[in-house]
Amino acid sequence: MTVVTNDLPAVPAAVTDARKAGSGLLIACIVVLCVWVLLPIYLLLVNALSSPAEVTSFPKRMIPSFDFGSLSFFLNFQGVGKALWNSVVVALLTMVLSIGIGAPAGYALSRFDFPGKEAFRFLVLMTRAFPLPLLALPLAVLFIRTGLDDTAFGLAIVHTTLSLPFAVLITFSLFSGIPVELEEAAWTLGCNRWQAFRKVVLPLALPGIAASAVFAFTISWNEVFAAAVLTIENRTLTAFLLQSINVSPLYLKFAGGAALVVPALIFIFAVRKYLFAMWGIANR
Amino acid sequence: MAEIEIKGVAKRFGAFTALHQIDLTITNQEFMVLLGASGCGKTTLLRIIAGLETPSEGEVWIGGRRVDHLPPRQRGIAMVFQNYAVFPHLTVYENIAFGLRMQKKPQSEVDHRVKRTAELMHIEQLLQRYSGQLSGGQRQRVAVARALAMEPDVILMDEPLSNLDALLRLEMRAELKGVLAHSKTTAIYVTHDQVEAMSLADRIAVMHQGRIVQAASPVEVYRNPAARFVGSFIGNPPMNFLPATKSGEERFIVAGSMLKGPKASGDIEFAIRPEDMDIGPGGIPATVRVVEPLGAHTLITTDVEGKIFRVVLDSNAEAKTGDMLSLVPRADRIRWFDPQSTSAIQ
Repeated sequence: MTVVTNDLPAVPAAVTDARKAGSGLLIACIVVLCVWVLLPIYLLLVNALSSPAEVTSFPKRMIPSFDFGSLSFFLNFQGVGKALWNSVVVALLTMVLSIGIGAPAGYALSRFDFPGKEAFRFLVLMTRAFPLPLLALPLAVLFIRTGLDDTAFGLAIVHTTLSLPFAVLITFSLFSGIPVELEEAAWTLGCNRWQAFRKVVLPLALPGIAASAVFAFTISWNEVFAAAVLTIENRTLTAFLLQSINVSPLYLKFAGGAALVVPALIFIFAVRKYLFAMWGIANR
Repeated sequence: MAEIEIKGVAKRFGAFTALHQIDLTITNQEFMVLLGASGCGKTTLLRIIAGLETPSEGEVWIGGRRVDHLPPRQRGIAMVFQNYAVFPHLTVYENIAFGLRMQKKPQSEVDHRVKRTAELMHIEQLLQRYSGQLSGGQRQRVAVARALAMEPDVILMDEPLSNLDALLRLEMRAELKGVLAHSKTTAIYVTHDQVEAMSLADRIAVMHQGRIVQAASPVEVYRNPAARFVGSFIGNPPMNFLPATKSGEERFIVAGSMLKGPKASGDIEFAIRPEDMDIGPGGIPATVRVVEPLGAHTLITTDVEGKIFRVVLDSNAEAKTGDMLSLVPRADRIRWFDPQSTSAIQ
């Protein structure tokens, strides 16, 4: 018996070769992509965690010395504290506005049938198709006329338009995942619509809503164009760094970059499950 | 104490009519089963009674009060859903207490009622668990307990047993019947399972294509189907039908044999249940196709004039494929249908 099986090759050699080549290509692609994404982040972190002298010296260190000189210089730099505070305020406002407007829209999309529903969903996505630079000038004029220019609230409105499509789509998939029977059961047990939402739907949707809020926060935190155009005195951290990037030393740029990237990375990592759900990727 | 009256209820979804002019009265403490194939409108009717769906026309009255404009919470009903709808973020205790808390009952009464209904449904040891830690059967018990704890005038059940496996379904069926009889609540129960309907119901409303074809006691529905559909839908195997040719006053020829029938102006249809025939001389000639011994009985599928004709005989009846049988229908069990209107002829 064993002799017979040994005589028969399980898979033709050409197929094995092709498979090997295929998996080799796959691994190569993965490596390239990882390097593409991770190398800049790695260099950023290495330099941010090195002393100012090390950042400007040559050859470069590949392992951080965990010297907080650059970071403390950055944090004590004139205007950084205020810019950081502005960033947080704008991001928080964006978060509240996106969820306040986006979650009801997501709920309506998942629970009600109305004419033009598909068109509405498409339109929500279409808002992302307008390039912000195109809108920047009219927006700036409008904001100056209404007195919204250079205010945290004005900027938060612009950031909300950027994050709203995501808030709507994430909460839509979230509410769609909660069986409507649970709500109906609550109605038959004495709840009105609002009570059923608060006592049954909201507790189940809360982690996802929080994730959607964090995502809106991150979008605002990372946004630079509108922030640079619409603010002068009350710059956010991104706009502030953009403005001072030419006149500041190298280690300040690295520290500032790290200060922007790290919170965003942590937040996105924390809510990845819900973002995958929005894009229909099976998550684990 | 609640009688339910459904007066001229119709429901349309766009161009599709799900319910045509339903009229039905369910007396106090009655166990009414809505039976029909999927898509016949039975669930829609239940949801209209519950207030989860608004009728396009007609009125719903519960306990002498018109309720079709009221939200579910003001109708004095409780509902058990097909997929249980046990709240996953609450313990079993809080699930059962949910409706009582909404009514702002004092904690002592909530506790008393939760404990009592949990005992009734044999889930008192599960009170601190969450829905995710329960089996399907246990979830179903929680759903029923949650409805019973409300002490509703009417309990509505939408295929509550259809997600359970066969053995559990049998067990829960008997238990439900006992519990509901004890609670003295009016019950409406939707199912597509005729055995479930027969065993539970005081009265069965057989639905077909958005209409109630017959509403009567299980035995009546089985013995005297009001329409051809009822006879062909209820019973396993279903009724046999053969064309009956008129040959004189109250005389009809069915598969070559002369039978006494009702007054009718033309040809009609002859119908008989498979168990209502005996082997004897001068009956309907039938060629045996398949013989299936089932223990208590033997199911024999025969061919009568090219039509499938089933007969259930005693298990010691001798028959094999190819045999010719002469089947004599019991006169009092023969039913006649009008082939045009498909309704029964008395």
